[in-house]
Amino acid sequence: MIEIKPERFLALLGFCFFAAWHLGAQTLINGAGSTFDYPAFTKWFEIYRGVDSNVSFNYQSIGSGAGQKLLLNQTVDFGASDAPMSVETMSTAPAPIIQLPIVAGGVAIIYNLPGDPRLKLDGPTLAAIFLGEITSWNDPKIAALNPGLNLPDVSIIPIHRADGSGTSYIFTDYLSTISPEWKQTVGKGSSVHWPSGIGLAAKGSEGVAGQVKQLPGGIAYAELAYADQSKIPFASIQNPSGQYVLPSPASVSAALATAAIPDDFRFSIVNSPGREAYPISGASWVLVYKAARNPGSGTPLASFLKWAITRGQTNCASLDYAPLPETVQQREIKILDTVN
Amino acid sequence: MQEPSPMNDPAPRPAALSQPLPRWGDGIFKWLTLAFALSIFGLLFLIGYELVQGARPTLAKFGWHFLVSTDWDPVNDVYGALTFIYGTVVSSAIALVIAVPISIGTAVYLTELAPQWLRQPLTMFIELLAAVPSVILGLWGIFVMVPFCRDHFFHFLHERLGFLPLFKGPVYGVSMLAGGMIVAIMIIPIITSVSREILRSVPGLQREAAYALGATRWEVTTIAVLGQARKGLFGAVILGLGRALGETMAVTMVIGNTPQIAKSLLAPGYTLASVIANEFNEATGTLYPSALFAIGLVLLGITLLVNILAQGLLRTLSGPATNPRH
Repeated sequence: MIEIKPERFLALLGFCFFAAWHLGAQTLINGAGSTFDYPAFTKWFEIYRGVDSNVSFNYQSIGSGAGQKLLLNQTVDFGASDAPMSVETMSTAPAPIIQLPIVAGGVAIIYNLPGDPRLKLDGPTLAAIFLGEITSWNDPKIAALNPGLNLPDVSIIPIHRADGSGTSYIFTDYLSTISPEWKQTVGKGSSVHWPSGIGLAAKGSEGVAGQVKQLPGGIAYAELAYADQSKIPFASIQNPSGQYVLPSPASVSAALATAAIPDDFRFSIVNSPGREAYPISGASWVLVYKAARNPGSGTPLASFLKWAITRGQTNCASLDYAPLPETVQQREIKILDTVN
Repeated sequence: MQEPSPMNDPAPRPAALSQPLPRWGDGIFKWLTLAFALSIFGLLFLIGYELVQGARPTLAKFGWHFLVSTDWDPVNDVYGALTFIYGTVVSSAIALVIAVPISIGTAVYLTELAPQWLRQPLTMFIELLAAVPSVILGLWGIFVMVPFCRDHFFHFLHERLGFLPLFKGPVYGVSMLAGGMIVAIMIIPIITSVSREILRSVPGLQREAAYALGATRWEVTTIAVLGQARKGLFGAVILGLGRALGETMAVTMVIGNTPQIAKSLLAPGYTLASVIANEFNEATGTLYPSALFAIGLVLLGITLLVNILAQGLLRTLSGPATNPRH
């Protein structure tokens, strides 16, 4: 038996009390939701410790749907979702909820073709590919968009996400906006009923990128950061102004700046009209109760969010997120002033 | 102070031991273990109850039609489980076809034929294979096994046997066959190690008697050993099947996740466990998550059904139950 001297024991006990008291003085804020936002939150939490060391955060990246559910159950203080919460779902909440765009990002169209040509595509062609109407890379419709490229007679293999994801939501939102046929037969959602017998599905962005790398003729969509890191070529997409635009933080910000954003922030920035706007862009929302359900967490949470949508935006550009435009930031600050 | 040595100074027996104690311990132990045993029933009941509760909206809306419908459309809230049931059953069947001969062959070699110095290392490697986490095996599947099989095996099947509907259609690599193969790799260790235990428990006398009758090694192995162990081996296969039905992560990564009933084994498919793993996180609304609960209920039902059928079949087989793990 190890002997502990009484004075040492008391010192240890004192230390434990001190540590517990010190931790107790901290406000712990819990959040859950979108995996798309997770890298941004992680980075923000780390930097924000230098801004206000009395607040600590815990974010579970369990998916947008689960994030919405946990907020409605009041398990977490904030939720994050890649699609805005619908009017219908919000009506089931026990208290008023506000939702604000917090980050934005682009969805890149990645492909695997011999020689890695720089491909140009437009919405109707993309919809036709994923509907299985265009089946070969040397189809005249693709050739017409890419004069000068010698496209091979290789079957197109469309690959989509098998797991429910915000990336699928943005992509199908875009196709539904562009193609009435897509809207009719498939629709938009974080998982949809993909046209049967066409292509295949892979789990997660890493799975999709892996399949595209391995399958000659493969085409898929993935978050810009993923396409960038995996060094897979991605296409420039024609926007409503007729310009072919590559996805980048700047072109996604341009889409945000020119999109019409209503006061309830229930909007979509796909096919945004700006000249420099990348058409397959989307935002991600953070959801909080107007009056915090967990007493004492409202004000620090609002301060953090204000920081995140202003100063924080510059911190996450290196992660391939697009910064929110100044006008949007100002509108969100005004709303956050009412949170307590 | 010097302690008295027990040798020189035999102490009298402690009074406590010589007097009869009230036997609380035995009673408590009995009830405690009974409670543990009953908790298994409790757990199973709770799981079933929660699944039924969760699945209620779907069952109310679609009823039995849920089992025979091939629609799966979260946008329009229409759900059916048939494509997933098909995928689970077919991928497990492929896995068994591949794994059973390999596993039982390995077990026979290990107990009957292998030289002593080889037995221990081989057994160790088989158990190591069982310890590989499912997700690692899946990653290996997607980056190594699938490309290799696509270029060297699936294309060959498609070219030579493409006239059969089983091997028609484009070759993507990820497919029902790839899913079955990865599950086979996962269930080989369990079937092998259980079979090995069973074959080892066949009495040596049995073998000696067969040899004494002039049987060849082949006859000894097939008649005296495998014949005797039939029932236990069947149990080992059922254990493997149970694992195959529920296997999730590795399958999800290589099966292609496309809800369709394709005749071709080279076409992508989807399993019950995979669709839950893939879609539960982002399922919103009421009907969509409940449809996934219903899928879970179907999976539980299939597993129970397989086990009950297996128990029934096991009764019809003769021979002692030489299944040490059950």
